[in-house]
Amino acid sequence: MKKENKMQVELEISNIYKSFGTVQANKAISLQFEKGKIHAILGENGAGKTTLMNILYGLYQPDQGIIYFRGNPIQFSSPRDAIRNGIGMVHQHFMLASELTVLENVIAGQEPSRLGFDIDYRTAKEKIRAISSQFGLDVEPDVKINDLSVGVQQRVEILKLLYRDARILILDEPTSVLTPQEITNLFQVLKSLSSKGRTIIFITHKLKEVMAIADHITVLRNGELVTSTSPLLVNEQELAALMVGRNVELSVSKSKAILGDVMLEIQNLEVLDDRMNVAIDNLSLSVRSGEILGIAGVQGNGQTELVEAVTGLRSILFGHVMINKIETTNLPRRQIIELGIGHVPEDRQRDGLILSSPVSINMMLCSYYQNPFTKRFILQEDIILKEARKRADDFDVRTTDVRNPANILSGGNQQKVIIAREFSRPLKLLVASQPTRGLDVGSIEYVHRQIIKKRDAGTAVLLVSTELDEIMAISDRIAVIYRGKIQAILDTKNSIREKIGMLMAGVIPEDITHMDRNNKKRQ
Amino acid sequence: MIKNNNNKHTPQELILIAERSRFRRIGIIIILIGICTALLFAFGTDRNQKSTFVLNSPESFSTKIADLVVPSLYVILAISFINILLGTYQLTKGFGRNTNKILGLAIFLFVFSLLVWATKDKSLNLTGMLRLSVVQAIPLIFGALSGIMSERSGVVNIAIEGLMLIAAMVSVIVSSATQNIHLGLLAALLASGLIALVHAILTIRFKVDQIISGMAINIFATGITSYVGIKFLIAFPEFNQTALYPNIAVPALSSLPVIGPIFFNQNMFFYLAILLLVVIQVALFYTPWGLRTRMVGEHPRAADTLGINVYKKRYVSVVLSGLLAGLGGAYLTLGAVGRFNRLMTAGRGFIGLAAMIFGNWNPFGALGASLIFGFSSSLESKLSILQVPIPSQILAMAPYIATIVILVGVIGKVTAPAADGQPYEGQD
Amino acid sequence: MKKNLLLPSEKGTVVPKKMKIIDYWKSVRLPILAFLAALLAGAVLIVLTDLKFYALFKKTFSQISTTQVIIAITSIALIALSVWLGVSKWVKNLLEKKGVTKRLSVSLRVFTPIIGFIISIFLLRLSGFSDIIDAALNITYISYHSLLEGSLGNIVDIMAAFHSGNIQQITESLNPISESLVAAAPYIFGGLSVAVALRCGIFNIGTEGQIFMGALASVIVGYSIKGLPPLIHIPLAMLAGALAGAFWAFIPAILKTKFGSNEVINTIMLNYIAFSLVDFLLTGPIRRPDQSIPFSPYIEISAELPRLLPYPSRFHIGFLIAVGIAILIYWFLFRTPAGLEIRLVGQNPNASRYAGINIKNKYLLAFLISGAMGGLAGANEVLGVSHYLSGTISPGYGFDSISLAILGNNHPIGVIFTALLFGILRNGSTHMQNIARVPVEIITVVQSLVIVFIAAPTIIQTLFRLKGKGKSEQLIVTRGWGK
Repeated sequence: MKKENKMQVELEISNIYKSFGTVQANKAISLQFEKGKIHAILGENGAGKTTLMNILYGLYQPDQGIIYFRGNPIQFSSPRDAIRNGIGMVHQHFMLASELTVLENVIAGQEPSRLGFDIDYRTAKEKIRAISSQFGLDVEPDVKINDLSVGVQQRVEILKLLYRDARILILDEPTSVLTPQEITNLFQVLKSLSSKGRTIIFITHKLKEVMAIADHITVLRNGELVTSTSPLLVNEQELAALMVGRNVELSVSKSKAILGDVMLEIQNLEVLDDRMNVAIDNLSLSVRSGEILGIAGVQGNGQTELVEAVTGLRSILFGHVMINKIETTNLPRRQIIELGIGHVPEDRQRDGLILSSPVSINMMLCSYYQNPFTKRFILQEDIILKEARKRADDFDVRTTDVRNPANILSGGNQQKVIIAREFSRPLKLLVASQPTRGLDVGSIEYVHRQIIKKRDAGTAVLLVSTELDEIMAISDRIAVIYRGKIQAILDTKNSIREKIGMLMAGVIPEDITHMDRNNKKRQ
Repeated sequence: MIKNNNNKHTPQELILIAERSRFRRIGIIIILIGICTALLFAFGTDRNQKSTFVLNSPESFSTKIADLVVPSLYVILAISFINILLGTYQLTKGFGRNTNKILGLAIFLFVFSLLVWATKDKSLNLTGMLRLSVVQAIPLIFGALSGIMSERSGVVNIAIEGLMLIAAMVSVIVSSATQNIHLGLLAALLASGLIALVHAILTIRFKVDQIISGMAINIFATGITSYVGIKFLIAFPEFNQTALYPNIAVPALSSLPVIGPIFFNQNMFFYLAILLLVVIQVALFYTPWGLRTRMVGEHPRAADTLGINVYKKRYVSVVLSGLLAGLGGAYLTLGAVGRFNRLMTAGRGFIGLAAMIFGNWNPFGALGASLIFGFSSSLESKLSILQVPIPSQILAMAPYIATIVILVGVIGKVTAPAADGQPYEGQD
Repeated sequence: MKKNLLLPSEKGTVVPKKMKIIDYWKSVRLPILAFLAALLAGAVLIVLTDLKFYALFKKTFSQISTTQVIIAITSIALIALSVWLGVSKWVKNLLEKKGVTKRLSVSLRVFTPIIGFIISIFLLRLSGFSDIIDAALNITYISYHSLLEGSLGNIVDIMAAFHSGNIQQITESLNPISESLVAAAPYIFGGLSVAVALRCGIFNIGTEGQIFMGALASVIVGYSIKGLPPLIHIPLAMLAGALAGAFWAFIPAILKTKFGSNEVINTIMLNYIAFSLVDFLLTGPIRRPDQSIPFSPYIEISAELPRLLPYPSRFHIGFLIAVGIAILIYWFLFRTPAGLEIRLVGQNPNASRYAGINIKNKYLLAFLISGAMGGLAGANEVLGVSHYLSGTISPGYGFDSISLAILGNNHPIGVIFTALLFGILRNGSTHMQNIARVPVEIITVVQSLVIVFIAAPTIIQTLFRLKGKGKSEQLIVTRGWGK
């Protein structure tokens, strides 16, 4: 006997339109969110998912369309309205004050009080402990956020929402900063929440997770709703195609690596991070010319510090870095660049570009001071412009004039400027850090193609990325970093995704050989 | 060639190595301090000379205790020796985490030897000097509290100096005109509060750079107080003399030896400052108001999503900051001097900011820092009474030099509120 | 700034055009409007603090009739209403809804407050307040007229002098302009000092102290070295001034680069230390022998900056040196790689570091140049104007320079023009003080208002309805006390 499925719609959006200037972020979107279910909103970067959620959450007002909350049309003018009505959001970048404790972060704005002007810390702690145990969110209330791991910080965020009786929880890319183990924990918590009647909305671009956890999947593409379906009715390939609008190659084609000499040699590196903790713990590895070594790992395990140390931005306390047999340990940054190192930085807007300066200057940041761009201490503006224009053409940077400031370019174009700058000279070593973060699929393909081109030309490439798919797609070898150490180095061909996931979480699968672990070179 | 793993170091070792140069530098500095002590103070000091530190305050009725008499040369040499020892130990082994405290100790010993040298064959009323330090610290405490109040909500306020100046002038004029010091105080608060509101509007609503806005107010204050001073106060000097708020001797407590005259026989403003200090400390850390203010200063976007009105909180904090600065300025005239002199704040607003930083944005920390700065200010008057062969203008530099030195010393050890100085872009 | 002018347009299609007159106007109109607004506010202050006006005010209000009160209130209400009509967003939206064209809407909303103001004044005049209004206008006129006359001279006198052809007469009639230029020279240096630092993202509030140190060094070289030809003595003394200023800026530079100590408080503290130091030296070691006044000895004639115009003009070569150095600084900032790097560091220190630029060296360089400029300002005053050192060598040039640099957009050429303006203000203000009894500090007040109006373009935009510049043009954003 089939039980009658009473669908209780908590939230419904009808015909939502939203644009920013000339960009149409959401177009005619209609969706229903059922109570007690986990809904996934799937789409690539720029598809409009975050805009839609921000509308739901009261951060934006839709240009057109109505939102129904439990059947009644409502308008949230601010997040405070949304919170009051029981909608809470866990952002991709956590909204936590690092210097305050868990308790302070959770209760701020809704503090229990006995006299009206004091804080009743005891009641607060009790309430937090109650919620923690009810939903399996273990946290210590008196710890400073700074001292917590990312996974635990996320729990605090969820705790914040539950403390305010959120009935609908929106999570924006929640797994991008978690280890596989933490992701499993998170999914357990989400299942627990949904079984207790909470509605979960989950924004992501990760197909696998969606298939694993969602009860209902919605795919957005270019601001429009492409499909709304159940995971039982689709597979990954179909979803990927729907996300992108065409058949997607889930891996980029590349020829076999032609290996040359060892270009980058790192030996026994020991490096501290900004908070004086050990970031790199006796790390050694090597990269040959003509190969791409991908560093896989969850954010915060030392990759950032490794890249900084190799490229001359962080001091190396012990160990050696040698590039093309030249000792570059603790050499000044400019010298390292001049030795033929290219660096595509993690944060293109903060570190890769000077946004208020013209594109031409940004294009020439590595060479403006050299002949022929400077002659006898004077900048040769026309020669600089000419070269900048050439590079823009060579690397397909879309801008009407290179004298425009760089901040008017789109994300993809900004990354192209950086690539044009770095790739316009012969490189012995290329260090690329999260090179496709925040880019649309077209730009991602472009970046990967450029990197492989350089690799085929003989450059040694060190690729650092938190996106395991990217690493597996273009690396020749994969090194897994965990807590500042290399857990293992494997050939991509022979790597199984699950094993790498385990390594990223610090677990050593039995069949990883001693040889892999000691990072001996493979022929 | 890949080497073996036996090069690994423990985290502590790594930190020590990273800090090695800094520790070495401090070691050398301490040794130098020791050597300077000997060179500057030991030469010309006779074996038989004694330094007398009078510990009884002439005004108070505290129980009398004996003077502290020390043999000058021996004490100076001893201090010099101790410092050289400390420095050598720092160079070789290092005090690790306690390095800064040891440096503070070394400086303290140096200052004491300076006093011993200045007092050889003479006597110095040490209690009186410490009492004067507290007096000098009062405007600094208000300045620091003003800074804390504003910066805890995320707004940098370097206009404290200008606000103090305006408050000082307004309080004198109104007080003289109405023959009522309370009205003078109120008027000062009104003036400083209003101008702080302008700073708030400029930085919060119009997103003007907070340093530029603060400097503009300082320049404005300099201009307008000098302008009004010349236009009115010279022509009508009766508007520039006021009665003062009295000193109060706390019964019983002021009779304690040494501590009594220093802390418990002070101007009303001092007790007000301490009271406000406690209130602000409690408010910031034990009330919802305080938690929300701190949240706004650490992560305004988070506070916004939690329903806290970031703009309103910042407006309130900046205006309160203005009121506190106004109290500091009013003290200068209504509590100390009794008349307004051109540019009489002399940088106290900025030193108050340094005290705030030194105290790690905590009221009690700022109190300690203010007392230290106050002590450095007291050097000028006390040492010139002793006819020390250091020119008074050089002594007058002491608080400013102390500020620079202390600020360098606390780098890396203190944390400003995370959102300090950044204008908040709310969702419109 | 002036080179890269962009026309606002759609995202992705912005195109820089060749510099046309309209573009110059666009970059210059904000400073001009801000300055005029500040002058207006200054006039209000002058009027309200004029004793005679106050007396008249009291008299009028003690004999006021009910009708007058009503009319006064009505007029004020009228002004408030018309201003609100002009500024209010609600009205703007209402007009939009009604289908009024943008042009008409803007014109209506600009003219409404003006008309309202005029009508109110008219009403007030009619109802017996004409005395007050006349007095206010009169005071304003006398003040600003004396300012102009003191700084630029009397046009009648000048024309008569040129007509007569008498050199002495011509020089005397042009003396006010000459004095304004004399006052402008230290402002050029001071403005360059603050501007170069700001270009690198540094707040150098220590220019005043650097001026004192520069003055100190140059005066010592000036009076203590005897028997040198001017061709050597002058450059030597100026160099001493520049080096002393650079040294005084070197201290906060080291504190910032080596220790990470924020320069705002440090530079301010060093100012006070410099004042005390000079004060001390003037009362003893460098005091004029056999005298008790805290003045230094006169410098040797060979160290004096030559005067270029006959007596009584004090116009000396320092002004030309200042302009020359400003052009040099312009060329350095915008044509050399080192100057480019300084600007890039000011725009984005992180990305500059990633590009391989040595941030600390740039900070050091910017501070040294900045300090040298301050030192030169002090040297200029000693060697060119007073020829000795006293405590009043700088009436606040260093602090004025902050407003100056901001007003001049932190651009060396802009600094030259704003320095001329400030020179006019400072020179004219002494005459204003003599004739109109307005203390010279009025220009300090006006300057602070200029900073406020410049740094908050939205205020002026709302007032005068200008198109927005956008966030990227905002002045430097404070980063708090940390690194």
